[in-house]
Amino acid sequence: MQGRWSRVVRTPLGLTATVFVVALLALACLGPVLWGADADVVDTDNILAAPSGEHWAGTDNLGRDILLRVLVACRLSMLLALMAIVLAVVVGLLLGAAPFVLGRRTGRLVTAAVNIAVAFPGILLALFFAVVFGAGATGAVMAIGLAGAPAFARLTQTLVAGIAARDYIAAARMAGVGRVRILFRHVLPNIAEPLVVNATIGAGNALLSFAGLSFLGLGVQSPSYDWGRLLYDGIAAIYVNAAAALTPGAAVLVAGLAFNLFGESVAKGLGVSVGVGLRTVATTRAVVAAEPEAAAHDDEDVPEPSSDVVLDVRDLEVTFPGPAGPVRLVRGVSFEVRRGEAVGIVGESGSGKSMTALAITRLVADHGRVDATRLDLLGTDLLAPDTAVRRRMLGTSLAMVFQDPMTSFNPTRRIGAQLAEVATHHQGMTRREATARAVDRLTAVRIPDAATRVRQYPHEFSGGMRQRAMIGMGLMGKPSLIVADEPTTALDVTVQQQVLDLLTAIREADDVALVLISHDVTVVGEVCDRVMVMYAGRVVEDLPAADLATAARHPYTRALVEAVPDMATDLTRPLATIPGRPVSPADAPVGCAYADRCPLADARCRAEDPPLVADSGRHRVACWHAGEPLPPVRMTDDLVETVESL
Amino acid sequence: MSELRFDDVTVRYGKATAVDGVSLTVPEGEVVGLVGESGSGKSTLARAAVGLAPLSGGRITLGGAPVPTRGRPRPLQMVFQDPYSSLDPRMTVGESVTEAMPPGGTRAERRAEVERLLELVHLDPACAGNVPSRLSGGQRQRVAFARALAARPRVVIADEITSALDVSVQGAVLNLVRELQRDLGLTILFISHNLAVVRYVASHVAVMRDGRIVEQGPAERVLTEPAHDYTRELLAAVPGRSTPRSQR
Amino acid sequence: MAMSLTAESPTAGPAVPGERPWARFALRRLGRLLVSLWVLVTASFAMIHLIPGDPVRGALGPTAPVELVEARRHALGLDDPLATQYLHYLKGLFTGDLGTSISSQLPVSDVVAQRLPATLSLAVLAFLGAVLVAIPLGVVMGVLTRRGHGRRTELAFTTTSVFVATVPDFLIGVALIYVFGIRLGWFPVAGDETASAYVLPVFSLAIGPAAILARIVRVEMVGVLEADFVRTARAKRLPARTVYLGHALPNAVTAALTLGGLLLGAMVAGTVLVENVFAWPGLGSTIVQSILTKDYPVVQAIVLVYGVGVLVTNLVVDVALAVLDPRSKIRED
Ligand SMILES: Nc1ncnc2c1ncn2[C@@H]1O[C@H](COP(=O)(O)OP(=O)(O)O)[C@@H](O)[C@H]1O
Ligand code: SF4
Ligand SMILES: [Mg+2]
Repeated sequence: MQGRWSRVVRTPLGLTATVFVVALLALACLGPVLWGADADVVDTDNILAAPSGEHWAGTDNLGRDILLRVLVACRLSMLLALMAIVLAVVVGLLLGAAPFVLGRRTGRLVTAAVNIAVAFPGILLALFFAVVFGAGATGAVMAIGLAGAPAFARLTQTLVAGIAARDYIAAARMAGVGRVRILFRHVLPNIAEPLVVNATIGAGNALLSFAGLSFLGLGVQSPSYDWGRLLYDGIAAIYVNAAAALTPGAAVLVAGLAFNLFGESVAKGLGVSVGVGLRTVATTRAVVAAEPEAAAHDDEDVPEPSSDVVLDVRDLEVTFPGPAGPVRLVRGVSFEVRRGEAVGIVGESGSGKSMTALAITRLVADHGRVDATRLDLLGTDLLAPDTAVRRRMLGTSLAMVFQDPMTSFNPTRRIGAQLAEVATHHQGMTRREATARAVDRLTAVRIPDAATRVRQYPHEFSGGMRQRAMIGMGLMGKPSLIVADEPTTALDVTVQQQVLDLLTAIREADDVALVLISHDVTVVGEVCDRVMVMYAGRVVEDLPAADLATAARHPYTRALVEAVPDMATDLTRPLATIPGRPVSPADAPVGCAYADRCPLADARCRAEDPPLVADSGRHRVACWHAGEPLPPVRMTDDLVETVESL
Repeated sequence: MSELRFDDVTVRYGKATAVDGVSLTVPEGEVVGLVGESGSGKSTLARAAVGLAPLSGGRITLGGAPVPTRGRPRPLQMVFQDPYSSLDPRMTVGESVTEAMPPGGTRAERRAEVERLLELVHLDPACAGNVPSRLSGGQRQRVAFARALAARPRVVIADEITSALDVSVQGAVLNLVRELQRDLGLTILFISHNLAVVRYVASHVAVMRDGRIVEQGPAERVLTEPAHDYTRELLAAVPGRSTPRSQR
Repeated sequence: MAMSLTAESPTAGPAVPGERPWARFALRRLGRLLVSLWVLVTASFAMIHLIPGDPVRGALGPTAPVELVEARRHALGLDDPLATQYLHYLKGLFTGDLGTSISSQLPVSDVVAQRLPATLSLAVLAFLGAVLVAIPLGVVMGVLTRRGHGRRTELAFTTTSVFVATVPDFLIGVALIYVFGIRLGWFPVAGDETASAYVLPVFSLAIGPAAILARIVRVEMVGVLEADFVRTARAKRLPARTVYLGHALPNAVTAALTLGGLLLGAMVAGTVLVENVFAWPGLGSTIVQSILTKDYPVVQAIVLVYGVGVLVTNLVVDVALAVLDPRSKIRED
């Protein structure tokens, strides 16, 4: 908490805003006390004087000092803004929380009412209420407060709805905790931060709105004065003494900005999102150009490439800038994929599987950095600069399938157009030819009635169909390699089966190579010839899929295989578990990255990172104790995780 | 008696029927697995049981009496899928667990109870002072279990509790489920889309599709001699069952 | 790694194409428009009845003779039962009869008709200006400051836009009058007689919303450039131009309009303040005068006109969204 607040003050903008806000609050307290009397001194000899040494901002039509009046008006201006924002927040909170407390039906009515009110701009509502309550300070407070309420109600509703959908609310309800109590215990505390931030920004806006109303003559009336009133009077005299208008204008502006920027800085510091129009995004991190660390890994263990090698990767490194310097997400990965071969990559989330896939297809975001001693696809060097020729080659002979078929298609364009694009750009087809090809390809991936389907949008497809269309998109050209990153993770089992069958069929029909990434050992084991197991950005074992269950030698691979129940798992024994958490490549230790979770770890493991060495045939493993027996799983003791291990 | 019975239960959301005339019995002290694809109505059925979804037909009874959905105690508790949304980020683990306890008892008694529950789910009792953000997904799921147990339920519904977890921690949670059933005699309705996971924990299996139960029976029978086509389809789709494809 | 279990079974789900999405969109949108209109009409009717005390007495002052007050009440129809008054009001609206101005004794519809064109041209120009500046600016900024790029540019842009967006339109107007009207004398500072008279008011009105909208567009653009489907487009090895303009742009703009559409409606109402700064002969200066002189029939009518303007603007934005983004047609709100 403390750290997050101090982050607010540490940015130059946040610091400035904070200083200004504090100064304004001090001025509001002290202004009338110090200069209240002087500001009312009438000097009829000195009417509408221009700025001078005596009156820095000149005088008004009664000869009163403008600067002093602006300083004194701070209190009333801020007080009124405060009252208005409190009114807005209270009414907004009541309306916004009502749907949660009142339940479905009544709640929906309140929501609909708020939605309609929100569509009418604040100034219009303020005018409406100014008519009802009459011109004057009270009317203006009511007007601005009530006019701001719908926006707050909407914000509260959105925030409450977000929290209400959380399972811990359901859990509390299930335990018998009442709705009002849940509101105060679970909901409000979790939305307090964005509300406070938005209220701060709202205070700035209320200040400006007051100036607006007073400027129209609908706000504070003489002899009271706030900044808006001074501005109103000043405008009348702008040709005689411009400072009479500009000084209160500047005061309003500075105060409004101070509150807005303060709110924005707090929002940024706390990572809170701000309502429409004021949303902030976290600043992207600085790009640190990094010298890649010497990549001295296991190149001696990869056999020389033969002619049927589709993809040849040596010492692949992917580096991204991180908050504390560059982070190596992929740390020296070498492998090759032959024509028609299916290679699986498994590992837990964060192990670098996707990064590897993006790196070998040159799709890593352009602030990340890819290094390798070799990265060849079909004999083309992918490390060389991009050219039109290479783009065409990649566009037609390399197909990608991504995890989430929901988000991987452009939602605003028709499926057919998204497929056809490949052919018009790379194969020189006309639109019509390309669409015909798209229909043909969709039929090939078993999408029924493809001629109609090409005219539909992605949201009109089901998940499995979308994934098949994605594969069909890869088949617009004549791919030699398909890279599929978790293509079935978001799908149901039966749909998963269809997609895997499809990939297998394509592979067998045209001798297409496949790199299949999954967190699920059983999926990879079923589809692939060879499996690479990744941990913390490195390949720790590379073995024939058939050997997974019987001949895996790395402790991690063995644990992964045993931890996943299948239809033949022994029901009398507990499942294997892997204690602790995966290490992220960012904090990989000097020694073996798996050492903290490994039952065989010893001093050497912690000191030296084992290289990936070939031990028999095409089986590679990176472990000092490869194949040694693991201690048996115990049911309870080693399951007790301590706080230290977190 | 703590047998959970669904009798011809129907749940509608607007025009859509999410659960359509489901009858299902979870016998006392057993784990019943409910399998089916997403959208088939598994979670809706569970939420209806604990009063989080409106019942538009049928009856849900616990030990012969209607399941209480107001006040306390609540003898039916549920553990949810997403470990990142099931704990209030602002409450410590201890507070979350305490909130679910039936009222009464001294502060010391409550603290002792929290410790007992955390030990029961194999968490260090010192965890009680932590906020959820310091816990891993698997640890959160165990806290969620401890909270469910704190309400002294007779039946617990576990809704896809491992599907958001990495495989390396899934095993630990599954072991826990089996252990709670064995050691405490807990009655559990275990919902999952993964047949292999259900096979591991459940003695009975019910298969759900489009809001209906298409088949149910002892796990061994349903999983080895499925009677319904859809069950066969599901079984055929379990990865790792068939021989590797490239050798077919 | 929260896995989403969102896919549908092969038979169910959205495999069936949506039936006539446009018709359903039009129906739903029309329904909302009618409800909003009814709320607006009712509110403008209720306004005068919500005023504490007797509005006529309030308007005429405490010294006015009782007979005059009674006569005026009668003339305004305020002594009828509320329901009758409401029906009268609705009937008047349908026949274009908005009542009679208390101060000028002219039909309110004439006042509105005379003042509307000036306000309308101001609002339309500002709307176009804001959209035409904000979208290209936001898109370019988004590309320049995409993830891992242009940190300085981003800071400068964000800070500037917060500044510009915070300054209220009427203050910008005052500053512009001072600099360009009084000091430099380049533009007229009041009235709408010449084309150059439009420059300052349109600028003061449009710049704030444009700054906010540009900011939203930038944020959305940055987000869209990280989206999966942009990665898909890159995986297709399309030229950068196609990736940015063909794939990212429409999505960023629709997302921005979804969030920022209301701003444009608010800008229409912003004319009230700006007109008062520039002595613009439109509805905005009239309504303020009428509020101060308690000429309620005129106030009611102008509130109504502004409300309709806002609703129409929101409608235009929603229709534009429906054209650009097929999903927005099926989105319930
Ligand atoms: N654009 C990025 N910038 C920085 N770090 C990233 C980025 N994308 C992923 N990471 C990090 O890279 C690591 C590996 O991620 P990923 O390749 O997605 O693993 P997997 O596919 O095995 O789940 C993780 O620690 C993740 O947080
Ligand atoms: S090298 Fe050591 S710590 Fe690493 S996996 Fe092998 S035995 Fe375990
Ligand atoms: Mg991944």
